Amino acid sequence: MNQAAEARHPAFEATAQHAAALPAAQATQHAAGARVGISRPHESAHLHVAGAAPYIDDLPELAGTLHAALGLSPVAHGTLHGINLALLRAQPGVVAVLTAADIPGPNDCGPIVNDDPILAQGTVRHVGQPVFAVIATSRDAARRAAGLAKQALQITPLPAVLTALEAHALHDYVVPPMHLARGDAAGALASAPHRWQGSFSLGGQEQFYLEGQISYALPQEDGGLLVYCSTQHPSEMQHLVAHALGLASHQVQVVCRRMGGGFGGKESQSALFACIAALAAARLQRPVKLRPDRDDDMLITGRRHGFEIRWDVGHDDAGRILGVTVDLVSNAGHSADLSPPVMTRALCHFDNAYWLPNVAMVGFCARTNTQSNTAFRGFGGPQGALAIEMILDSVARKLGLDPLAVRQANFYGTSSNNETPYGQVIDDNILHPLVAQLAQHCGYAARRQAIAVYNASSPVLKRGLALTPVKFGISFNVAHFNQAGALVHVYGDGSILVNHGGTEMGQGLNTKVAQVVAHELGVAFEAVRVSAADTQKVANTSATAASTGADLNGKAAQDAARQIRQRLAVFWATQLGIDAATVQFANDQATAGAHCIAFNALVQLAYQARVQLWSDGFYATPGLHWDRATLKGRPFYYFAYGAACSEVVIDTLTGEHKVLRADLLHDVGTSLNRAIDIGQVEGAFIQGMGWLTMEELWWQPMDGSKHAGKLMTHAPSTYKIPTANDCPAQFEVRLFEAPNPAETIHRSKAVGEPPLLLAFSVLLAIRDAVSATAGHQVDPPLRAPATPEAVLDAVDAVRAAAAQPKP
Amino acid sequence: MTTTPSRPIRFVYRGQVVQVQGVAPTTSVLAWLREHAGRSGTKEGCNEGDCGACTVLVGSLSPGGALQFKPINSCIQFLPTLDGKALLTVDDLGGQHPAQQAVVACHGSQCGFCTPGFVMSLAACAERHAAAGTVASRQQLADDLSGNLCRCTGYRPILDAGQQMFGLPPQRLGSAALAATLQGLQADPALHYAAGAAFHAPKTLDDLAALRLAKPEATLLAGSTDIGLWVNKQFRDLGAIISLGAVAELQTIGQAGGWLQIGAGASLATAWDALATHWPAARQMGLRFASLPIREAGTLGGNIANGSPIGDSAPVLIALGAQIVLRRGALQRVLALQDFYLDYMKNQLQPGEFVQALRLPLPQASHTLRVYKLSKRYDCDISGLAAGLWLQQVDGVVQDARFAFGGMAGFVKRAAGAEAAVRGQPWTASAAQAAMAALDHDFQPLSDLRASASYRQRAARNLLQRLWLETRPDAPLASAQISVWSL
Repeated sequence: MNQAAEARHPAFEATAQHAAALPAAQATQHAAGARVGISRPHESAHLHVAGAAPYIDDLPELAGTLHAALGLSPVAHGTLHGINLALLRAQPGVVAVLTAADIPGPNDCGPIVNDDPILAQGTVRHVGQPVFAVIATSRDAARRAAGLAKQALQITPLPAVLTALEAHALHDYVVPPMHLARGDAAGALASAPHRWQGSFSLGGQEQFYLEGQISYALPQEDGGLLVYCSTQHPSEMQHLVAHALGLASHQVQVVCRRMGGGFGGKESQSALFACIAALAAARLQRPVKLRPDRDDDMLITGRRHGFEIRWDVGHDDAGRILGVTVDLVSNAGHSADLSPPVMTRALCHFDNAYWLPNVAMVGFCARTNTQSNTAFRGFGGPQGALAIEMILDSVARKLGLDPLAVRQANFYGTSSNNETPYGQVIDDNILHPLVAQLAQHCGYAARRQAIAVYNASSPVLKRGLALTPVKFGISFNVAHFNQAGALVHVYGDGSILVNHGGTEMGQGLNTKVAQVVAHELGVAFEAVRVSAADTQKVANTSATAASTGADLNGKAAQDAARQIRQRLAVFWATQLGIDAATVQFANDQATAGAHCIAFNALVQLAYQARVQLWSDGFYATPGLHWDRATLKGRPFYYFAYGAACSEVVIDTLTGEHKVLRADLLHDVGTSLNRAIDIGQVEGAFIQGMGWLTMEELWWQPMDGSKHAGKLMTHAPSTYKIPTANDCPAQFEVRLFEAPNPAETIHRSKAVGEPPLLLAFSVLLAIRDAVSATAGHQVDPPLRAPATPEAVLDAVDAVRAAAAQPKP
Repeated sequence: MTTTPSRPIRFVYRGQVVQVQGVAPTTSVLAWLREHAGRSGTKEGCNEGDCGACTVLVGSLSPGGALQFKPINSCIQFLPTLDGKALLTVDDLGGQHPAQQAVVACHGSQCGFCTPGFVMSLAACAERHAAAGTVASRQQLADDLSGNLCRCTGYRPILDAGQQMFGLPPQRLGSAALAATLQGLQADPALHYAAGAAFHAPKTLDDLAALRLAKPEATLLAGSTDIGLWVNKQFRDLGAIISLGAVAELQTIGQAGGWLQIGAGASLATAWDALATHWPAARQMGLRFASLPIREAGTLGGNIANGSPIGDSAPVLIALGAQIVLRRGALQRVLALQDFYLDYMKNQLQPGEFVQALRLPLPQASHTLRVYKLSKRYDCDISGLAAGLWLQQVDGVVQDARFAFGGMAGFVKRAAGAEAAVRGQPWTASAAQAAMAALDHDFQPLSDLRASASYRQRAARNLLQRLWLETRPDAPLASAQISVWSL
């Protein structure tokens, strides 16, 4: 391991430079001193490939470390009468068994509403809800004892509700329904030339971070705690641990160097694990690690909300939407968690790329006896936007028009028809040129023709094509989350350490922030190192979420680096008797006219002259406001755009499908690192494709069987995310070349979430292929995910409807 | 033999012969690496052999004496199965292996947690091709990575890295010294290991038969691709274990008297290769059967003996008229495979008996075989429905038919009514229709997480339709007209 690490600089940089062969333009910029806009590898790539990048379970364990495992409810809903603690405590290796009664503070780890018990108390609310924690000398011993939950728990079952529509019928919601409207939807519907109603059922999605949830808590002096936690939100973990244990925030330190994936699943839901590890460590005054097995992780934690969507739409002969009402019903699970803001984002993305003059939306967060659903890349945006895409797809079919033409007819304008239903004027619309460029580049029109010809002569296989756009709002909907801090230290030898409020989950945030700092100070990439997210360094951080990581933390780190650069410039300029504004920092040197000094030499001089060589930095996104009561305001600093065209083939006998080709064009403004941004775009596309085609969550119905109410797809053996063979053979990803008009970090744009929505094109291409089985005369009732069964159901329904005599 | 004293597990790791004792025999290779050897490069993602983060390579000598390295899932492999072999992990590649260099250069890691597993699968691929003097195609790379999940990249850069690594100077994994060490280990006596529970790894078929007779209650272990989960997920106590892995005779595949015989201990990878050689229609099923690491570790005999109602090998073998060779002590008996299964997870094995081999009648010109698998994902997904469909025709008349389905009942079963509907009939559209209609009465499938009863019923019928369209005498549809996977 160490050999690899030592060999790194010469070998890996040389290899990367040689093999990746930076494009000529980037090589020129790099030579001129640019450190942003360069496709350098991920800062940990050389460690990843060597198995030398430590995740929390890889940290050396302190002597005396104990291991926790959670005892889970085997019942979907019931009254908890008792726990046979004697049975559990008698198991080999068991040191302690903790229940809700052992929690000194409030038994709650909910991020917004205080309705999320850490350990069940009084009632159990879903199969898999943690009821007790076993602390034992080994992880195996803890798991074996916790596995006795069924024998140890006395529960009287109560009726359980597993689906959003059942809960909706009972008007049982985790928060009151949310309304967002503009114009006169009812009036527009009544007078529209075409009016019809429809519905769409959309499944949820497991994050399936490869590294599961984990927390390792260490008692510290004077009642304090250090918690290593795989989390996207160290500050919230700090607050929730302190809250549950009755401590002050300054007594709890949370550290996360990297996650093995997060995708939203470690934004709020790392809390339960952090709180229990911390509780056990505090009670026993021993280090305690909690790493649930994958099956337990999936049974305990929630995921992307499934949605049930119903609409009433009116449009004209060109397919322009005149009025639309829509009910969005999400499956929130047993508690609120992040369901309210997820619904807000769904409502704020129902418009996607389209001007909706008259619209009325209602969002219902239905309470069910399932895991509490939470953040997942897109955060409700994909569910809301997919609804309007399904509607427009059907509008086109009903009118016999090309779906792309109908979409374009509904696009937001650039100077009129450009206000969102929530009242934000869109001033950066690039939909028209972006979509036109993609349609041209991928040969959309010609392929549409070719597919029609193919389908006419293909009895079993049918092809489908779809081109869909994305507009995605960037910023947390809640204005005050849009702030970030950073610390930059320049050491006497010229090496630089950066700390910021964001967390690294693979998205390349640390790489981008390091590039920003290297660029600002004019040094080599290797001179800048980014350290672990740590609540003792930057305080009151926001979650690394909503795609804002680089926007916020990049700006904060730039602010810190600029202050140091300015001090160095002033110091040197004063020595030379020149104007500080003439000092340039690039390629490990400061220069001013004919003067030149190595960066580390200047640092050494400045240190001796008692110049402060470290700085904090801060950033708050300007111009945001949001009224939570009316759901109106300017929640987004800017929008990110993109479009994708996918071609599929389906088998009308079995419902199987294959994605034959995908062309993506996505807007990241001026990229900080094209390789990383392209990686985000194509990774999001494949992840979204998985959500919409194969990743099916399946709960055992309340049928009286031993698994009644249990999520049966709770491991990769039963829950299938895409593999390498699912990556389309023809897969082209390009970046749309346009700087961000908003004054963001080097005019870049956020990239984490928006491209997930590009996968809509796959689902809609499948729908197009299904539609071809009956000559595009029948609107396919296709649900998502489009498993072979869902596709065959839709094919059979389309054929049955086409066989009916026309009224 | 039961009095044979326990000896340590001996295997090669980091250039040394490691001797392990006092570690429970069901300790996984992964747990040993992370918790005993202090090597944390290899990751645990799922603890059930489905994500590939724990992929390591096991080096051994082929029957011909050549060094070979197979990828396996270390989370479900018990440590004693390494006896006599070499273990190679991501911690040992040195950081400069072409797979490592290429993954960095192609931006093939994001969060990095799956990366060690991908690197090992790529290294195994590079090694196999280097030994053969070949280069992997992009499709072969994707097939080799069927057992590795990545949630970040979307795989394109990893496939790019796979192709790029073949352009870098190769770094061979073996050495003459390693081969010699492994050669030396072959002189070790059979492993009888005890630490809490006993682990026996006889080296000959006769020793296995005697041991099995003496310990009918012991757990027979082949690839541990299912038994590993009994321990990891269900905390089952296996008692004494008898491992089949060291019995070379069980791994042989050969032909005699018009039959192909596959030893019960042959890996799924070699067994499916043999099947595909004789029945090309089975090739794709072989590639889609679990993942490469599972096929390297798992055995055909284990898959058959385990008797899962949705196992993918039984429908094919039953359709081909396979026989199963059972051994108890010195006695052998042969059954038709279709008669081996009695009910859900129940079979004809008697106490002290084990599966020794499977026998298949070799194909003839009058035979037609089609093999279909339906699942939510192309790779490494347990079938919602699997079918082996076999016809024997003379002059356009169906002499015999075997339609075997998995996923339609509590065990893999033939569709008696559908077969009867075509037997003795000319192979025509109406015969196929009659078989499809009869199928509704042959099975009453269940609904579960993989598919509903309704889908299974409709899709099974449609697979007979597909068989007809593919094999009809006039204008049969080519695979590019009937299967999305051929496009």
